[in-house]
Amino acid sequence: MPEQQYLLQMQDVGKSYYGTVVLQDIQLALKPGEIHAVVGENGAGKSTLMNILFGMPVIHATGGYLGKVLIEGNQVDITSPQQAMEAGIGMVHQEFMLLPNYSITENIKLNREILKDNLFSRIFGPKMKSLDFKTMNKDARKALDTLDMDIEEYVKVAGLPVGHMQFTEIAREIDKANLKVMVFDEPTAVLAESEASNLLRAMQKIAGQGIAILFITHRLDEVMEVADTITVLRDGRLVATKPKKETNIVEMAELMVGRKIETITRRKDQLKEGQVVAAIKNLTVRMPGEYVKTLDLEVFKGEILGIGGLAGQGKIGVANGIMGLYPTKGSVEINGKPLQLNNPRESMKRKIAFLSEDRRGVGLLLDSSIELNIVVTAIENQNRFIRRLGPFTQIDNSAIREHALKMIKELDIRCTGPNQLVRRLSGGNQQKVCIARALTLNPEILLVSEPTRGIDVGAKRLVLETLVKLNEETGITIIMTSSELAELRSVCDRIAIVTDGTVAGILKPDDSDADYGLMMAGQKRRKGA
Amino acid sequence: MLELLKRFYASFGLPRLIILGFFIILNIMAIVLEVNFPELVSASMVRIAMNGVLVLAILPSIACGTGPNFGVSLGILCGLVGGLIAMELRLDGYTNFFMAIVFSMPFAVAVGLGYGWLMNKVKGSEMMFALFIGWSAVSLMKIFWLVAPFDNPEMAWPIGSGVRVTISLVNRELAQLLNQTWSFSVAGITFPTGLILFFLFCCFLVWLFMRSKTGIAMLAAGDNPRFAEAAGINVDRQRIYGTIISTMLGAVGILVYAQSFGFFQLYEGPHFMPMIAVAAILIGGASIKKASIANVIIGVILFQGILVVAMPVFNIFTQDMASMAEISRVIIQNGIILYALTQVVSGRD
Repeated sequence: MPEQQYLLQMQDVGKSYYGTVVLQDIQLALKPGEIHAVVGENGAGKSTLMNILFGMPVIHATGGYLGKVLIEGNQVDITSPQQAMEAGIGMVHQEFMLLPNYSITENIKLNREILKDNLFSRIFGPKMKSLDFKTMNKDARKALDTLDMDIEEYVKVAGLPVGHMQFTEIAREIDKANLKVMVFDEPTAVLAESEASNLLRAMQKIAGQGIAILFITHRLDEVMEVADTITVLRDGRLVATKPKKETNIVEMAELMVGRKIETITRRKDQLKEGQVVAAIKNLTVRMPGEYVKTLDLEVFKGEILGIGGLAGQGKIGVANGIMGLYPTKGSVEINGKPLQLNNPRESMKRKIAFLSEDRRGVGLLLDSSIELNIVVTAIENQNRFIRRLGPFTQIDNSAIREHALKMIKELDIRCTGPNQLVRRLSGGNQQKVCIARALTLNPEILLVSEPTRGIDVGAKRLVLETLVKLNEETGITIIMTSSELAELRSVCDRIAIVTDGTVAGILKPDDSDADYGLMMAGQKRRKGA
Repeated sequence: MLELLKRFYASFGLPRLIILGFFIILNIMAIVLEVNFPELVSASMVRIAMNGVLVLAILPSIACGTGPNFGVSLGILCGLVGGLIAMELRLDGYTNFFMAIVFSMPFAVAVGLGYGWLMNKVKGSEMMFALFIGWSAVSLMKIFWLVAPFDNPEMAWPIGSGVRVTISLVNRELAQLLNQTWSFSVAGITFPTGLILFFLFCCFLVWLFMRSKTGIAMLAAGDNPRFAEAAGINVDRQRIYGTIISTMLGAVGILVYAQSFGFFQLYEGPHFMPMIAVAAILIGGASIKKASIANVIIGVILFQGILVVAMPVFNIFTQDMASMAEISRVIIQNGIILYALTQVVSGRD
């Protein structure tokens, strides 16, 4: 039976959330001792696949999954993480699931404590048994030694460096006696380089003991270093499964990115590298999860500059930093004059407007009317739409109504009227309200973050077309940040790829998929091109 | 039509419909049982307008994002101090009333400033904090009342220092001052014109304020602090403004209340007043996050209306049922606050 040689098999696995297919026809097979990498962009379906394998409640609360999961040739139906663990699947999470005030041993043995008898337990029964710390420490030591970790097992987890926490988590998994398959979900995302290479070594060691490893990542260089087999996912589909020997990093990058949509709107004239409207130097933004680290970037007048890159690499932080929404250091010059950082008012005064990536959280007053949403920043920052009576001010209702109606017409916002609450609008129309609010400020530079997030496909196109039209008609400079590369490539003049908090390189929309893939995966770009 | 009803139901909420229904039933019963209806209406109007400003005081705190001001007792205490100063100066009538307001304002602004500053330190649990700081302040002020250096014999204890629990305003021509201004009777119904006009005038001032630049900024800060921050609005400062205004209105509110009531109630008096005011604005359709002048007016009419009508109606059944009026007030008041609190959690999307 050829099936028995596999520890884990996933056959025709698929999953849809409320009718939206997020995963389709996935095949996966792991042999003992194999390191199998699963790579893909954000949203390619990696996490969903792991959630299925680990029996996460989110899967079963939304109607389960399609296909079969086999462990050692036997079909299993995993409906809870508990069952997954019993079936021999271990998982190292992206965020550590550790109790900080417990020692390493206690964390490793949590809920699997080794007990011993004492006087009371002999009288009152097994509930009164006490912990056998000696044996537990010995087990923990063994697991830690496997990982070459020279740290004392009785140290508390709180305050350990992240690398050690990660290893503690791994030690917990390999301490489980029946461990067959171990899943690493982007384990190196939080680690420094040296820690990451330690981890990769540890993975090889674990695999050497006959445990199969499923390694989820988007760092292609790491994949090429340790993986035996590589599976590429894109848009919820399996694109390719190849042994490492038969492929190379460029091909992987191409497969990972792919070209999804064709260009919607091509700009007629190629941009001349002209006047610099914004010069960003040494920008550091402390935005949680999207750190920007000493980033340099020049923006030309009248262009649409794209900022792309994978999630968590810092692309979102750039616009938020320029707007002063998160603690920022470095220098930004607008039209040659330095911009005072960490001050949203100042940024708006310098004619910069911002469409937040968090539309509902930052971008809108959901429980206020459309017209108030459109004018509120102008009232606050430019004293427009108000009448002054000595020291007193009153809003100018007729001017607001007139302006709102104009914007509704120009941007084609579908609503029952300017009084409608923004909460009731669809995502696309909400985004248009945001655009209207930004335009009301008469900006020279428009920062747009994730303009199509959470918007359905048809409306996406409309939003993008609106942006292009604005750029062409008014000459406004647009800096657009997006996770969707295809979207950037369809509207931008240049695209800066942000990796690890800094610009990895600037590409043209028609550069090859491989270039994009490599740059996003953290490979330094070769000179030229 | 059905669609419209459904939407009305969804936005109005079941508890408010029950309260509205209860109010209507009470009124029908009052008519059927031949309670003196014109008298009821007169009493209702007085109760509604005398409580109105206190209810209005809750509005700015909701608008600026600190939630219903359960600590409006701080403002009430400031108002009482202002009132006592006016009494001490032996002012009479309107002079007393308006000077009491003037005297209380510096206290209200200072207290509101500190209170608002503290509110910004406890973001996320403002309501709980407000409740307890209000109660603490009421208790703390009991010590002050005991040692207060006032020597007008109308207020002082006969022996020792300090002021009495209840201070009559009759001698200073203050009792019913606003109520009787321009008051007239039609078909047995007495209209407390001055009182109503004063309440509406306060509403009008707040309405004007909410339409000013600062008012709009405050609304934005309350609706979505992160949006406001991105729009260049200093959210913390708006929250302090809102708290100050709420405290000031609380001070005015108690003076209006007291002149209609005819007494200053010190010591335990202000203890539960915030609850009544908060319950009223919530009954009027406000939520923990959003409120309007209309919510204030509708709420105070419904809530105080029920209290006035329930008493004689229950009274008619039996003598024991008299306490039913008070019991129903407590159920309605705390029930609606409870309901509003549950809406906070489930109301998010």
